[in-house]
Amino acid sequence: MSILLTVDTAFLLGILWKAVLILGIVGIVAAIVLFFIAKKFHVEEDPRIDLICELLPGANCGGCGFAGCRNLAETMVARGTMDGCSCPGTPKEKNEQIAAILGIEAADSTPKVAVVRCQGSCENSPAKVSYDSEISCFFANSLYAGEGLCPNGCLGCGDCVKACNFGAITIDPTTKLPVVDEEKCVGCGVCAKTCPRTVIEIRHKGPKNRRVYVACNNKEKGAVAMKNCKAACIGCGKCAKVCPFEAITVENNLAYIDFTKCKMCKKCVAECPKNAIVAVNFPAPVAKPAEKPAEKDETKAEATTPAEA
Amino acid sequence: MSTEISNELKQEVKALGKKTFHMGGVHPEANKIAHNQGIEEFPLPDQAVVYMTQHLGAPAKPVVQKGDKVKVGQLVGEASGFVSANIHSPISGTVNRVDMIADISGYKKPAIVIDREGDEWMEDIDTTPDIVRDIKLGKDEIIARMKDKGIVGLGGACFPTHIKYMLKPEQKCEFLIINAAECEPYISTDNRMAIEHAEECIIGIEAALIASGADQAIIGIEDNKPEATASLVAAAKGHSKIKVQPLRIKYPQGAEKQLIKAITGRSVPNGALPISVGCIVNNLTTTYAIYQAVQKNMPIVQTFTTVSGKSVPADQCRNFHMRLGTPIQAVMDTVGIPEDTGKIISGGPMMGKAITNLNAYAVKGMSSLLFIREKDAKRGPISNCIRCGKCVEACPMGLEPYRLHALSENLRFEDCEKEGIMNCIECGCCQFTCPANRPLLDNVRIGKNKTGAMIRARAAQNQSK
Repeated sequence: MSILLTVDTAFLLGILWKAVLILGIVGIVAAIVLFFIAKKFHVEEDPRIDLICELLPGANCGGCGFAGCRNLAETMVARGTMDGCSCPGTPKEKNEQIAAILGIEAADSTPKVAVVRCQGSCENSPAKVSYDSEISCFFANSLYAGEGLCPNGCLGCGDCVKACNFGAITIDPTTKLPVVDEEKCVGCGVCAKTCPRTVIEIRHKGPKNRRVYVACNNKEKGAVAMKNCKAACIGCGKCAKVCPFEAITVENNLAYIDFTKCKMCKKCVAECPKNAIVAVNFPAPVAKPAEKPAEKDETKAEATTPAEA
Repeated sequence: MSTEISNELKQEVKALGKKTFHMGGVHPEANKIAHNQGIEEFPLPDQAVVYMTQHLGAPAKPVVQKGDKVKVGQLVGEASGFVSANIHSPISGTVNRVDMIADISGYKKPAIVIDREGDEWMEDIDTTPDIVRDIKLGKDEIIARMKDKGIVGLGGACFPTHIKYMLKPEQKCEFLIINAAECEPYISTDNRMAIEHAEECIIGIEAALIASGADQAIIGIEDNKPEATASLVAAAKGHSKIKVQPLRIKYPQGAEKQLIKAITGRSVPNGALPISVGCIVNNLTTTYAIYQAVQKNMPIVQTFTTVSGKSVPADQCRNFHMRLGTPIQAVMDTVGIPEDTGKIISGGPMMGKAITNLNAYAVKGMSSLLFIREKDAKRGPISNCIRCGKCVEACPMGLEPYRLHALSENLRFEDCEKEGIMNCIECGCCQFTCPANRPLLDNVRIGKNKTGAMIRARAAQNQSK
């Protein structure tokens, strides 16, 4: 201790301030040089791109048609609009925020979901041949009509499962049909594009997550369709006739419900003789109250003679 | 039904030596059970269903309608487009309807259904069995005759034959190669053709020589057909331009590029056609069809089909000559489908198609119907690639199947293109030899499809620029 006290403090301080000064000057010079370099090589980028990028899901699924979320953000800013460059998987509130950043009105984006238009399960469309390799629906489609022999139905090899970036679709092992998890599905559309038979369609999620659709893709004539699958649409047209909103068209022996016109009255569901139309997320039908049959009898009695009633 | 070959002929054949290709190849069991069964005529069907898609390229357009009366050999489907072929009625009678009918894949194809009445042929067709030896037509007439009579490659691919002979001014054909290799197991139709119709085939080859302008024709035939080889050598005597070349038994000896390499030593460059090395290749049965078209004015209305299988009694494995449009169910019932059949294949076990729909009808180039036993048909469990390299060893095109399979699975199609996936001839040697039972060819096929689409899209984009 005493040795330290005897060291010449003046000498120490002399070295110290020189070191500090030199390093300080080096630091300041470096800072100035870097400042100018940063200014010269600065990449001009719209700060909105980063802001928008943060609001997008970040899954880079390609559902928007662009090369990843950042590319979409760049396109939106470059074009100044969300028309033709919007993310189908972004929830409404976030879309509104993106619109605000761009300084435009938010487009009305209805949430969408993937829908599997096939009920050709192992039970409904029993396998008449056995396909010995589960490689790919794309491959199976090019080889033959399908195990149940329906040329438009789901092949069950799972190309859609592999394509989904959100893990929202899986193949049910008992029915061998794809099942969509509504919580995870963002309606990006990659599965629909991947399916070689266009069995999967992207439709509106619907108010209260309810929707009605024809769960069949079969374009064969009725008699042939019935041979291949119990739940096939036979193109009889009863649904189209009963729909009060003209939302149903029958083309190529297949009925199709236009989801922009459908008001979900479910008249078609009851009318379909093959139960090919599916209504999702509706509450179970309530038992009819007892008075109604009695009313009918009364009116019948009025109209006909007492003897007949 | 096999005849004794004279010693002199045997010596001649031996002197011809044996050639082969050297890269890749496998040796599946030959199973040529029906080799010695003479060709038999199958009874005429009461109703024939003639598909409009019996060839590579655009489907033919029907030129008859319901109620029309047709004779055998009458044009019922017209070629539509450059790569397409004419289709002629195989029976005489009335057209029942023109409809979409499912073929062996279960998919519906446009077809003409005809109800048979008698067996009346078109007047201008020579139906006598006499062999017509003098060729009176010139080069262009022969090519026109090939096109007119719907001649397609009867080796299985059914490529419209006349297109092969339509050469550009700068192209010159030096060799006409006749494919009698029949390297696929079970199939025996080319073999019987060489034994029973050698002379007609030789005349057909002379016609093809005139059409191609080639200096010589070489018939390549695998070594497991001694009787057929001797028959062809005997029939070719006196035809100085036609030679026979025996080949070693190896699959795919009958593949176009491998055949050219074995016989001429020339390699067809990647992406090019045989004519780029001065060769035109045709199957032996196709030359018989050319003979019939040129000398007898007869279109293709029949097909030669071997029906065979390990569980079928050997004497029941037969080679039929049947009209197009014959229900294959009737053919199979005649032979009898064995109890233990797991898969029925149209074509060979290496490159043929498994039949999904048995209510289908005979088409051009349907070389065989095979009953494969359940235990032989079932694929083994797939395990991971063990990096043994057997697939690379087996590939006759010098590709790396394990790598193409992996690239294809991972959707790396640009890399697939660089590694030459488009050169794959889909012979199946890789999948045949893989000890881990990996579906190599299946994935390479998907890769080829997607890479091909990518290349076409790129070409279209470049054109529009």
